[in-house]
Amino acid sequence: MVESTIEETRLSTEQAIRTYRTGARITDVDALVVDGLSVYYETESGTVKACDDVSFTLKQGERFALVGESGSGKTTLAMALMRLTRPPGHIARGSVILNNRDLVKLTDDEMRRTRLSELALVPQGAMNSLNPVMRIENQIIDGILDHLPDGEDAPTKDQLDRTIRDLLNRVGLRPEVARMFPHELSGGMKQRVAMAIGISLRPSLIIADEPTSALDVVVQRQIMQTLGRLQEGLDASIMLVGHDMGLVAQFADTIGVMYAGKLVEVGPVEEVFSDPKHPYTKLLIQSLPSLREKKEFVGIPGLPPQLIHLPVGCSFEERCPSRFDRCPVTIPEKIELGGRRSVACHLYEGETVS
Amino acid sequence: MSAFLELDHVTKTFGGGGLFGGGSVTVAVDDVSLTIDESEPSITTVAGESGSGKTTLARLLLGSTVPSGGRMLYRGKDFTRLTRRERRTFRREVQPIFQDPFESYNPFYKVDHVLDAPIKNFKLASSSAEKARMIEDALEMVGLVPEETLGRFPHQLSGGQRQRVMVARALLLKPRVILADEPVSMVDASLRATILDSIRRLNRELGISVVYITHDLTTAYQISDNIMVMYRGTVVEAGTVDAVIPSPQHPYTQLLIESIPQPDPKNRWGSEPPQQNWEITDIKITGCKFADRCPAVMDRCHTVRPSQYLIGKQQLATCLLHEDKGVADPDVTRTFQTEQQAIAAAAANFAASNV
Repeated sequence: MVESTIEETRLSTEQAIRTYRTGARITDVDALVVDGLSVYYETESGTVKACDDVSFTLKQGERFALVGESGSGKTTLAMALMRLTRPPGHIARGSVILNNRDLVKLTDDEMRRTRLSELALVPQGAMNSLNPVMRIENQIIDGILDHLPDGEDAPTKDQLDRTIRDLLNRVGLRPEVARMFPHELSGGMKQRVAMAIGISLRPSLIIADEPTSALDVVVQRQIMQTLGRLQEGLDASIMLVGHDMGLVAQFADTIGVMYAGKLVEVGPVEEVFSDPKHPYTKLLIQSLPSLREKKEFVGIPGLPPQLIHLPVGCSFEERCPSRFDRCPVTIPEKIELGGRRSVACHLYEGETVS
Repeated sequence: MSAFLELDHVTKTFGGGGLFGGGSVTVAVDDVSLTIDESEPSITTVAGESGSGKTTLARLLLGSTVPSGGRMLYRGKDFTRLTRRERRTFRREVQPIFQDPFESYNPFYKVDHVLDAPIKNFKLASSSAEKARMIEDALEMVGLVPEETLGRFPHQLSGGQRQRVMVARALLLKPRVILADEPVSMVDASLRATILDSIRRLNRELGISVVYITHDLTTAYQISDNIMVMYRGTVVEAGTVDAVIPSPQHPYTQLLIESIPQPDPKNRWGSEPPQQNWEITDIKITGCKFADRCPAVMDRCHTVRPSQYLIGKQQLATCLLHEDKGVADPDVTRTFQTEQQAIAAAAANFAASNV
């Protein structure tokens, strides 16, 4: 297992679907199906619906970006997929189907073996996720041995050495890094180590939670491009979580926009950027500063609602320029617009395409 | 007329000495000269990656660190020779706004505290009614509603509101210069616009010069008049944003601008750029500091330290590719001059039309 090189994996089903990224190999195979996932936090003052009734599908080889402001529930969702939600948070409803198994129903031990071998997390601020008193090689070995899938023999020391060298090489680090401690590395190098750990058991889904939020633009670009290369080599899918719309435009195939715990819009990146449907997405895209022309700053007036006191109707209603009488009364349902696009907004009712 | 603040061939190094001696030396700011004029208030961006020396430059301008070489002048006087009284005036006239709107507050005090304290310290108000009015004016200037802001604890405000309270605090002291170190990097995109807009209003309406320190060239382009790009302590490119951003001349600035993730899926990044080699210490570099990563590197780049060459009237680049052009004034802000004059004229017009 660990020895075989990553590029050996090739797509079995060459049933590619339409994409805008050159060189992308996205198949029509569902890698991850999230259905009605809700994560609630029970607090003394009530239930906080951090993530409410979220459904989406990721194809094999697809790069899916989940965007939203802080507090919109995007990290909560990512953590729930990893089953790392901590009390008082809990998964209230829904299913997460990865490789034909519902992760929500797995026992803790089964889940531990699934992590890293089937889905891996490249955490936010990976520079702080490494153990400061352990050499890099030992941290990589730790991950491999702890998450080895059922029925596989532990690799020998030789195999591990080779694997570590191979992994470091893949993420663009010199072999000497194996013997180093985290404080000897720069932020970008630490992020690369976190990626090496993430891909060590060749997962089919990589969840990257703001993987470059503390890095400089040039390093950010290098890291994202390395991540993209690794993902392509593994034929894995990626879920990128973040708020940087620029990064999403550069990296992703599909975008999902979250607002106040709900997924309000999903669609191919190019189409969502050129023709956003949900009023929040529209404002979000308008508010992006450009390098090409100087223009007035447009922010989105108002603040998101508190998740503990969500309005009866649509959560964006108060800030929405296109609201009408139905908005404060009923919560908009997800509407399929065809071409892998969907939106949760009353404006599009009656446009359903099945 | 002497300038308000002036850096004259300032260098700042860290390390080297110490108990065991001979440690590696980091040159955080390497021979930088610049002036901040009071009469021509402008917004100047200092851009660069982490480790480029931009924050050290800000700390020098704030007087919280002293140069290892060269001089800093405040109203024509060497900063290290200021009297207590002059230093106190300096502390009022130059105000910082920091990156983290969470750490600048004491969570046990209401936000009123950060606004009260400077008024008390500098005895700016003679009565509590005057104090209340000053605070309300400052909050309104940055687009906050006083009734919704005062009397609350920091955790009850959003990141954007907290950062705007910090801008209001700086404003209370009627400063001449505001140094904003990454003021929006920890704030959500939809709220950045309002903060940057309030900073721009301070400049346009109150004539305060702003030094905007950031790694984000997009917002820099939107709000500032001038820009200087730093790499390992050296100013590699400077000029008006209208000259530099559309047509960067230094290979590093080009890489930086190319790497900005543009919110345009039709226009994606090219191939992966090489990684920076941090192992070479600054002292050992005899030529250009960017040579090891530069796509346009020539043999001479490794041995010859480039000067600042003037490109057009409002742009300079520290790169041997432009050696055939004239050598620019060491004071990088001289490049901005024409733009500054234009702004001064615009400001005069604005004042005249408001009489």
